[in-house]
Amino acid sequence: MSRKPDIQTMLWMYKHMVLSRRYEEALAEAYLEGKQPLFNMANGPLPGEMHLSNGQEPCAVGVCAHLLDHDVVTATHRPHHIAIAKGVNLRAMTAEIFGKQTGLAGGRGGHMHLIDPAVNFACTGIVGEGLAPAAGAALARKMRGEDGIAVAFIGEGAANQGAFHETLNLAAVWNLPFVCVIEDNSYGISVPKGAATSVLHNDVRAASYGIRGYHVEGNDPLRIYEVAGEAIERARAGKGPSLIEIETYRLAGHFMGDAESYRPAGEKDALFARDPIPKFRQELVDAGAASSDDLLWIEEDAKSCVAELIDFAKAEAYAPVQEALEKVFV
Amino acid sequence: MMAAEKKRIRKLTIAKAMSEAIDQAMTSNPDVFVMGEDVGKLGGVFGTTTGLFDKYGPDRVRDTPISETGFIGAAAGAAVMGMRPVVELMFIDFFGVCMDVIYNFAAKNSYFSGGRQAVPMVLMTSAGGGYSDGGQHSQCLYTTFAHLPGLKVVMPSNAYDAKGMMTAAINDDNPVIFIFHKSLQGMGWLGTAKGAIVDVPETVYEVPLGKANISREGSDITVVGFGNTVHHALDAARDLALEGISAEVVDLRSLAPLDRETVLASVRKTGRLLAVDDDHLSYGWTGEVIASVAEAGIALKCPARRIAYPDVPVPFARPMEQFLLPNAEKVKAAVLSLMNSVVSV
Ligand SMILES: Cc1ncc(C[n+]2csc(CCOP(=O)(O)OP(=O)(O)O)c2C)c(N)n1
Ligand SMILES: [Mg+2]
Repeated sequence: MSRKPDIQTMLWMYKHMVLSRRYEEALAEAYLEGKQPLFNMANGPLPGEMHLSNGQEPCAVGVCAHLLDHDVVTATHRPHHIAIAKGVNLRAMTAEIFGKQTGLAGGRGGHMHLIDPAVNFACTGIVGEGLAPAAGAALARKMRGEDGIAVAFIGEGAANQGAFHETLNLAAVWNLPFVCVIEDNSYGISVPKGAATSVLHNDVRAASYGIRGYHVEGNDPLRIYEVAGEAIERARAGKGPSLIEIETYRLAGHFMGDAESYRPAGEKDALFARDPIPKFRQELVDAGAASSDDLLWIEEDAKSCVAELIDFAKAEAYAPVQEALEKVFV
Repeated sequence: MMAAEKKRIRKLTIAKAMSEAIDQAMTSNPDVFVMGEDVGKLGGVFGTTTGLFDKYGPDRVRDTPISETGFIGAAAGAAVMGMRPVVELMFIDFFGVCMDVIYNFAAKNSYFSGGRQAVPMVLMTSAGGGYSDGGQHSQCLYTTFAHLPGLKVVMPSNAYDAKGMMTAAINDDNPVIFIFHKSLQGMGWLGTAKGAIVDVPETVYEVPLGKANISREGSDITVVGFGNTVHHALDAARDLALEGISAEVVDLRSLAPLDRETVLASVRKTGRLLAVDDDHLSYGWTGEVIASVAEAGIALKCPARRIAYPDVPVPFARPMEQFLLPNAEKVKAAVLSLMNSVVSV
């Protein structure tokens, strides 16, 4: 059932990986404004916590390449790569991350609370919270006989939350069009997966709930595409939920300002040597999917797109402060 | 020795004071141990367990999975068996994933056992916003816990109290929710109210739980605060003194038990009352304090007033969040307006 992406899809995947990376780099730069030499999280145009997704782009594009606007996605405190691949309005999202009036929530949400109903995307700052609502979205689609499935993205750390186990059982018992995607980046903040998780790979836990479990190695966008394609096709065909664990890695800290002292010496260098973006680029060229020049054009385009987004968001106004009192109820 | 100790000033942050109290308790009592996310090598995201992992090892300083239902429940269960766990919930905002075992088990176990089975655990957790961390990482939620019988709910406003209250909390035979405020914690990356970093003795001592503190004496008005709002009150009081107004600042230090006596005595003296909270206004402790004064029949010279966080979630955008938060200027303005108003008859 699994199949490889066509050239157009591969280029879409590459483009969104690059766009996501440039986006995170631009946010990182803006984040540090006003925070040097003294790092105080409250300062600068981007105050608060900032969780970047550098390195995890393959998970987002490999899964979202199969999704349409009516498919529901819930993501986590590390949401940008997934939001970008799901097609969230990037001007409104960037304005939201900068806390501006034209942001998705008028500045009320911020980077961990991006909600774009137009493409059925949402994320949360509470580990594991997105799982059950995604299953509920799948339930709604099923009860109404509507098209569309739901995908909950979580980190490997979230697979130890009660919500993970309750939701998988529920999705299985009700045969919901639901896929849980675990981005295993080896750490929950400073705690390595092995110190927190009783099994080596979380996909084996699928067996406890009688659902399909898939494991994808190598942070490889093409493999992710194939496996996600199978799981999503099954969900669309009413064949029930799946659990996919993807081995990925974060090239950034847990959040901006993380000293990453918990990493073994040399780990970071080894990860950078396996950066999925140059690797995928080479594969595309080798496979004759695109010339280096074509890809250069994609890369330049991503850069200017991101620059335009950041300029736009910075120039936007904050909402009048009284608006903080509005929208508690619809 | 006393003289030498007296001279030595040792200013600590609340984070350092908390970890020192836990350290000393672990040294003297093998039943004391620590659990939580990132409390091991990292020393706690908010520095509450700095140095403990190196000193006591992974058996007594346990990094947990992200399984709050599991490890906080396990802390309660171990406490029933006589251990004295100090367990960290990284942000108070996260209590939603683990509340059952806190309020239906730990808080009720003494009652359900006819007082025969104690749950001597400490749940330490961070609270408060002001640094734009969004609405799931900036809440206070103190009174949510204080509303539930069977839990002691405390928060220090400075490092001296932090150490003494942590020691008292560990020694207490009941479950204690030990809240620390991020604006006072002393983490370099967060910014800290200067008044929170104070001289802390090296010796082991207790600050009794359930006892409010008069942080500044005054005669014209009583300003009651808790945690960070104590500092807003103190800053305002300093300013007001220049304008000839003498404000007394009461630091509650504990919501449960609530030291009504200290508040009532102060209000009897000043005849005016302002309560300042950074938790949501409605059903908050400010209402409880004002009700206590009303029930005591104390005649006030002007209506009591409260400042609290409005009944809306915490917005991300800095201007909006700062607009909603209490601060020294708001306290000062409220005091000035109260001093100019009278009770209508
Ligand atoms: C219920 C809950 N507990 C703890 C946290 C604090 N926290 C935020 S992110 C994180 C680590 C999450 O690890 P993982 O699920 O692997 O995602 P990653 O950060 O690696 O993307 C923790 C413990 C939280 N936000 N919510
Ligand atoms: Mg992780």
